[in-house]
Amino acid sequence: MQIAWSQFTPLHALIGGQLIGLAAALFLLGNGRIAGIAGIVASPWRALRQRGWAGLSGAPERSRLMFLAGLLLAPWAWRVFAPWPGLTVDVGPLGLVAAGLLVGVGVRMANGCTSGHGVCGLSRLSLRSLLNVLVFMAAGFATVWLMRHGLA
Amino acid sequence: MSALIRHLLALASGLLFGLGLIVGGMSDPAKVKGFLDLFGAWDPSLALVMGGAVAVGLIAFARAARRERTWTGEAIELPPPGRIDGRLLLGGLLFGVGWGIAGFCPGPALVALGALGSGSEAALIFVASMLAGMWFHDRFLARAA
Repeated sequence: MQIAWSQFTPLHALIGGQLIGLAAALFLLGNGRIAGIAGIVASPWRALRQRGWAGLSGAPERSRLMFLAGLLLAPWAWRVFAPWPGLTVDVGPLGLVAAGLLVGVGVRMANGCTSGHGVCGLSRLSLRSLLNVLVFMAAGFATVWLMRHGLA
Repeated sequence: MSALIRHLLALASGLLFGLGLIVGGMSDPAKVKGFLDLFGAWDPSLALVMGGAVAVGLIAFARAARRERTWTGEAIELPPPGRIDGRLLLGGLLFGVGWGIAGFCPGPALVALGALGSGSEAALIFVASMLAGMWFHDRFLARAA
């Protein structure tokens, strides 16, 4: 294990993290809910499937859709001040499909993701979330190891 | 009126969350995978993002536990303590593998999608597949009521 010093951005990471924590606090105190993105996506998605557009007419789902709108608009707010940093994806469409399916199934089965269990669950001192986080971290480490070193 | 305020607060929360992801570098799958590359060239940044978030979150959730009501007076609905069961762990495993493959999880994928820049097509494929996976779970794998 060697630290990639040239890529490590401790200050940005801490500030970004605190903004995320602030956002979760805002959602908690303003909307009374956990800022778990998996749930915020899954709930209106399921409401849409089960009840059509009518399923999205209630205040709870509307609030979730507003949160999602905020996420989608964030890059545009960012672009007011700085260029979009861009992103690098190193898997092709097949990998993206597989990854998406696994994430979709997994977050529903565990009822949470990095924000739901990771940020909010750990902040609530939830043992359940801690276990989920440890498992998904281990799985993530193992998967990247396999892809970058094990199968190379 | 309070519904409008709640909706605007939700919008602000999402915006702030997305900005936090961007500032922290988490909207870039390469940076996420850099953290997951524990045995290679390891970039610890994600750990500090999580740490920064939880540091603030601890205070927020401690406050919320005492308040029980939001600023507009609604009840704060926290999920009840659930069981530690196979679903929690298997779900974590499946999520972690998917996360490791693409370096995307739900939040960052949506930010990347919204950016409408390079990488947004990849995010679109991921998000569409994620929605399909969620449907598949709810249809075939949900715990029997």
